Amino acid sequence: MSTRRTHSNEMTTPDINEDEHPDLGALGAPVAPTGHSVEVQELNAYYGSEQALREVTLTFAANTVTAIIGPSGCGKSTLVRCINRMHEEIPGARAEGRVLLGDEDVYAPKVDITAVRRAIGMVFQRPNPFPTMSIFDNVAAGLKLAGMRGEAVRERVHRSLRAVGLWGEVKDRLNRPGIGLSGGQQQRLCIARTIAVEPEVILMDEPASALDPISTLRVEELIAELKSRYTIVIVTHNMQQAGRVADSTVFMLDGSLVEHAPTQQMFTNPRDERTERYVTGKFG
Amino acid sequence: MGAGSLQPSGSRLVGGPRHRRRVAVNRLVEAGCTLAAILAVAVLALVVISVLIKGLPALNLGFFTQEPAPFGQPGGGIANSIVGSAILVGLATAISVPVGIMVAVYTTQFAGPRVAGAIRFALDILNGVPTIVTGVFIFGLMVVGNQQSGWAAAVALAIVELPIVARSAQEVLALVPRSLQEAGLALGLRRWRIVVRIVVPTAAGGLITGAVLGVARVAGETAPLLFTSSIFSDLGITTSPSQAMPNIPVTIFSLSESPAPADHARAWAAALVLILFVLLLSVVARAFHERTRRRLTGR
Repeated sequence: MSTRRTHSNEMTTPDINEDEHPDLGALGAPVAPTGHSVEVQELNAYYGSEQALREVTLTFAANTVTAIIGPSGCGKSTLVRCINRMHEEIPGARAEGRVLLGDEDVYAPKVDITAVRRAIGMVFQRPNPFPTMSIFDNVAAGLKLAGMRGEAVRERVHRSLRAVGLWGEVKDRLNRPGIGLSGGQQQRLCIARTIAVEPEVILMDEPASALDPISTLRVEELIAELKSRYTIVIVTHNMQQAGRVADSTVFMLDGSLVEHAPTQQMFTNPRDERTERYVTGKFG
Repeated sequence: MGAGSLQPSGSRLVGGPRHRRRVAVNRLVEAGCTLAAILAVAVLALVVISVLIKGLPALNLGFFTQEPAPFGQPGGGIANSIVGSAILVGLATAISVPVGIMVAVYTTQFAGPRVAGAIRFALDILNGVPTIVTGVFIFGLMVVGNQQSGWAAAVALAIVELPIVARSAQEVLALVPRSLQEAGLALGLRRWRIVVRIVVPTAAGGLITGAVLGVARVAGETAPLLFTSSIFSDLGITTSPSQAMPNIPVTIFSLSESPAPADHARAWAAALVLILFVLLLSVVARAFHERTRRRLTGR
């Protein structure tokens, strides 16, 4: 259960090329942290009459990676989907409570739901590039389809592809279909698509569970790189993954938050007996 | 071993009379179903072959390019009917495809499950309405008090075509993975943008399939045309839909009613043209369908 990579700031991808080195010049991002904290307060979520989240209250600190673990059906996906208001897209689903991005409640009455999702991006379990679009257009989708045009789009696309370490692999075939890439590349493409919109928070719902071990490693390394600019929340089934990427870890059970602690403490010295039984593999 | 009593004697593995009966029934059912399948293919083959045999002699290039010969004269073609049918079907398709796809987009992307179910049901009923009823309806609405016209015929055909286009579009739009819409929503895109730029393009091949199948269906539709576009003022090529337009189905019908044997041969040849056109469209539709399927399954 090493947290070695998690705290290493000079972490670099091993096979990096000169032109895809993710230094801040290439990324064009300011050095100062830009992520915002996310505060979830008394959140309840429902699917029809079934309650999926019960009074969840916690804070995801800015520019950190927080992992959410727990057995299937514990509500961890529901929790992240409530943060960017994707939960309510499911027919019959609703949520009550507050989710503060900085000091703004994303559930406030006059909030523009698309603005919420642009500030809080999301990466899904299965890579889901748009099948009719090229690699370039996939990354540009969130910009172009919102009306952005011209050189600015190109710049952002290139920058995003560099940031996910895909530039060297795809720079000669930006016009080829996005679904022609391998699964791991597709998932990094989807992450590039998400960061192209320049969110403050990135939610990841088991982003590596459909990937092979090498691709998983690359995505995990990417997460470690991205946290300097984004607040990252990652749902995972895989406790080793939580151990590798997360600064703090949340354990959930039956829709309730059981424990939220620094990852190392969570895995070595949990306060709650249920957490201990879960992380030691006694159930789940 | 309780089952031992069912078997007369000897090996446990050799089946008894019950087993033999099951095998026999199994064979019988299988043979029956196979025969039915062969019959279905045979019917199509018979129709195509008989039309080929009877229609081919009268078919030549002139048949496509020439106007009909005056009564009793040899030669001539059905160019006027081909042009008329093309215009009628084109107009009907221009009406029904956009409307049908919009109906399908509404039911699959925006409507609640109950409303969507009701619309699906309504489309199925519309699809089941006898086309002669559609013909009478348009006759009462657009022809009575005016005259027969290409417009009336096109609207009648569009009504026949609409449910075919809409239902097939619904099916292919429903196939577009929800994960793509979620990806769009998570990027903060408006729903209509996602529909127009992501969902519809992804389903494009299937939507074209539906449109082509709709065209194939109404190309041979006759009943509505009898009411709306069957009295032709002259035998020449007409391109104005404000009057009745000669068309292939009605031409087949009237040629086959003619006392002249040469007209019967022309009727068969026209039937051949129609059936080949429809077969061709079906092949095209399949090709587009395949393309969409490949795209949706990722190669």
